[in-house]
Amino acid sequence: MSVVESRGTVTIETARCKGCELCIPACPPGVLGMSSQRNELGYAYPELVPGCTGCGACLLVCPDFCFEVYQYETPVAHEVGS
Amino acid sequence: MTRRLMEGSEAMAEAAIVAGCRFFAGYPMTPFTEVLESFAEKLPEAGGVCINAESELEAVGMAWGALATGARAATGSTGQGLSLMQESLSEITRAELPLVVFHMARGQGDYFQATRGGGHGDYRQIVLAPADVREAVELTQLAFDLADRWRNPVHIYGDFLLAHTSEAVSVEPLSFDPLPPKGWAVDGSLGGTGRSRNINPIGMQKGVKGIEPESFWKRLQAKHDAMAEREARVDTEQVEDAEVVVVAFGSLARTARYVVRELRREGQRVGLVRPVTLWPFPAEAVAQAAAGARCVAVLEQNAGQMIDDVRLAVLGAAPVAAIGGISSDDAGFGVGPIFDPDNVRRRVESALSNEVAA
Amino acid sequence: MSQDRLPVLPTDAPPSEPARLLGRFKPKLLLHEDHDLCPGCGEPVAIRLLLDVVEELGCAKSCIGVVGIGCYTAFTSAMDVDLVQALHGRAPSVATGAKRMQPDKLIFTLQGDGDMVNEGLQEVIHTAARGESLTCVLINNGVFGETGGHMTSTTVLGQRTKNSLEGRDAAYHGHPILIGDMLAPLGGTAYVARGSVHDAASVVKTKNMLRRAFEAQLEGRGFSFVEILTMCPTGWFVPTAEGPGYLDSVLGAVHATGELKNAERLVTTAELLAAAESAAGERGD
Repeated sequence: MSVVESRGTVTIETARCKGCELCIPACPPGVLGMSSQRNELGYAYPELVPGCTGCGACLLVCPDFCFEVYQYETPVAHEVGS
Repeated sequence: MTRRLMEGSEAMAEAAIVAGCRFFAGYPMTPFTEVLESFAEKLPEAGGVCINAESELEAVGMAWGALATGARAATGSTGQGLSLMQESLSEITRAELPLVVFHMARGQGDYFQATRGGGHGDYRQIVLAPADVREAVELTQLAFDLADRWRNPVHIYGDFLLAHTSEAVSVEPLSFDPLPPKGWAVDGSLGGTGRSRNINPIGMQKGVKGIEPESFWKRLQAKHDAMAEREARVDTEQVEDAEVVVVAFGSLARTARYVVRELRREGQRVGLVRPVTLWPFPAEAVAQAAAGARCVAVLEQNAGQMIDDVRLAVLGAAPVAAIGGISSDDAGFGVGPIFDPDNVRRRVESALSNEVAA
Repeated sequence: MSQDRLPVLPTDAPPSEPARLLGRFKPKLLLHEDHDLCPGCGEPVAIRLLLDVVEELGCAKSCIGVVGIGCYTAFTSAMDVDLVQALHGRAPSVATGAKRMQPDKLIFTLQGDGDMVNEGLQEVIHTAARGESLTCVLINNGVFGETGGHMTSTTVLGQRTKNSLEGRDAAYHGHPILIGDMLAPLGGTAYVARGSVHDAASVVKTKNMLRRAFEAQLEGRGFSFVEILTMCPTGWFVPTAEGPGYLDSVLGAVHATGELKNAERLVTTAELLAAAESAAGERGD
C-alpha cells in the first residue's frame, strides 16, 4: 500500500459536462480521466483520482463551468492499492 | 419673441437642441450637410456631442449607442445615405429606441423610402413633412416628443429647399405632456443585480434562454397600429366645396398652398389637403375631401409615390390624377421648375379643365 | 502512476475535510451556466475571463457591454451587466455613442472575427483611430461559427472551412488580416494584445491582458483592444479534444499571441512569431 497526497480537490457538475476532454491534458498532475459512464446528455465526464494540487487549471479551461476547486487546510492522504 | 433670419438647417438644429437633443452623428452629403455643420457648431455649446462619423452606417450606430443610454439623439442624411442605414433603422425600431432622423431629401422621390422603409421586417416610423422653416422648428420638437412617447424612431422629411431657405423664425421651446423616466436605459447600474438590462431588437430577456419572436413582433405590431390610429396629422384648406382637391406635401405644398389661394380668389373651387404626417398617412382627411370632388389631383415631385396612398384613401370615390412628375435642377438635387408657382398653377388648371387622366 | 490503480474520488459535493474554496463554478456576473454552444467551444472560457475582470475591477455597476452577433450572442441572456445588442460588425459605433454620453462608465465591445474583421472592419479601425476610450474584445476562432463554419478574414492559409474545403488558398481566397497589426500603430490606441484560451497558462495570460486593457480605459489612456483566440472544433472539422492543439499550431502560428502595443512599446505579429521561434530554438523544441 502506498499513500498519495491530495492538496486540493474539485467538485464536478457532471450533468453539465459535454465530454470535450479539455480538462484532461490541462491538469498538471494528470489526475483527471474520462469516465466510462455517460451522463444524461450522453457524454462521458471527468473523474478525479488522488493527487490534486488545487491549481484550478481545470476550472480555467472548462467551457461549461463544471468545476469548483478547493484547497485542503491539511493535505489529505489517500491509501492506494498496488 | 425675437425672430432671426435662419436657414432651415440651422433652425432645425437649434430646435433639436431646445428639445433636449444632446447627441448627433452624421456624414456630409448634399443637401443634408449644413444640418451636420449646425449641430457640430451648436451641440458642444449646449453640453452635447456631435461626431463627424466616418460613414452613414457609423453615424446611425453612434446615435443608437447614445439613445441606449437614454439621451435624446439624432442622425440624418439624404436619400442615398439613408439607403445605407436601412438595416439599422429597422432594427432600432425593434429595439424601441427613440431615434430622430433628419432626412434632407433631394426632392420628393424618397417618399417610399421614408414611409415604407427600405429595411427588413415589419416596422413603422412616424414621418413628419414640414412645408417651411417655421413649421420645421415646431415639428422638430414634436419629433423628439413623439419618439420618446412611443419609443420609436421619427423621421423628418425635408429637402434642399427646406434646408437652404432662410426665414425669420424664433426657436421657442414648445411644451409637451410629461414623459415617464427612461428606466430601460443602460447606465451600468443594474449590473450584478440579476436584472441588468439588454437593449436588443429581438426581445431577449436577461436570465431567459431563447426568444419568442412571434409574440415580440405582434406586440410591436400592436404598438404601430396604435401609432397609426392616433398620430396622423394633416392640414386642409378650402376643401369643403372643392371641385379639384390638390394633395401635396413638404416644400411643394407650400407652393400649392399659394396657388390654391390665388385660384380661389379668382373664383375657382379648388382646395388643398396637405399631409403633415406622411406616415401615418391622413387617409380619412383625404377621403373626406375627395367625397364630392370631381378630381383629386396629386402634386408630387417624383414618378408617383404618394399617389398610391391617396388612391388607397379615396378607394374609387373620386378620380385620382397625377399632376406632379419628375422635375429637377442640373445637379439632381431636386430643386426643379415644379416649385415655381406658375408651374404649379398650370398643373392645377389642367385638373380644373379636365385635361388630366385619372 | 497508472490511473487504473488509483481510486476515483467522490466529486459530487464539496469536501467534508476542511478546505478553502479557491474557485467557483461560474463568475459572479454570469446568471446561469448552461448554454448551447458546442462541446469544446472556447468562447465561454473567454467570456468567463471578461466577467471576472469586470467584477474584480469593481466595475459591475458601472459597466456597459456592446455585443455583436455570433454564437456568443446567446450569452447575453446570462451576462449580468447592462448590455446593448448591436448588429453584425457595428458594436464599435454603438459603443462610441454610449461612451460619449456616459464617459465615466467602463464600456467594452464583444465581437467575433466574422463580426469585427469582416463586416465591421471599418468600424473598429475608425474607433481605434479616433482613440475612443473603449475596449474592443475580439474572440477569434477563424470561422463564422454561427452560420456553420465559414471562412472569415482571419481564417489562415490552408485552413479548411465550409467554403474553403480544400484549405484557404492565397491566390483564390486571399490572405488573412491580422487586425491587431492594423490597430496597434494607430495614434489613438493605448493597448493592443492577442491572447488565447487553449490551455490554463494562456487563460491566465489572457486574463491579465483584459485587465490591462480595461485599466487603459479607466485611466483615460485611449483605445484598448484584446483579441482572444478561441477553439471551434466544429468549425475546424477536428475532434473536440484536438481543438486546443489546432488552435495553437494552426491559428496560433499566424495570429501569434503577445502584446502588440503597450503605451510606447509597439511590435508586430511577425516580431512576436520570431521571438517565439527563437525562444523555442533556445529550449531545443
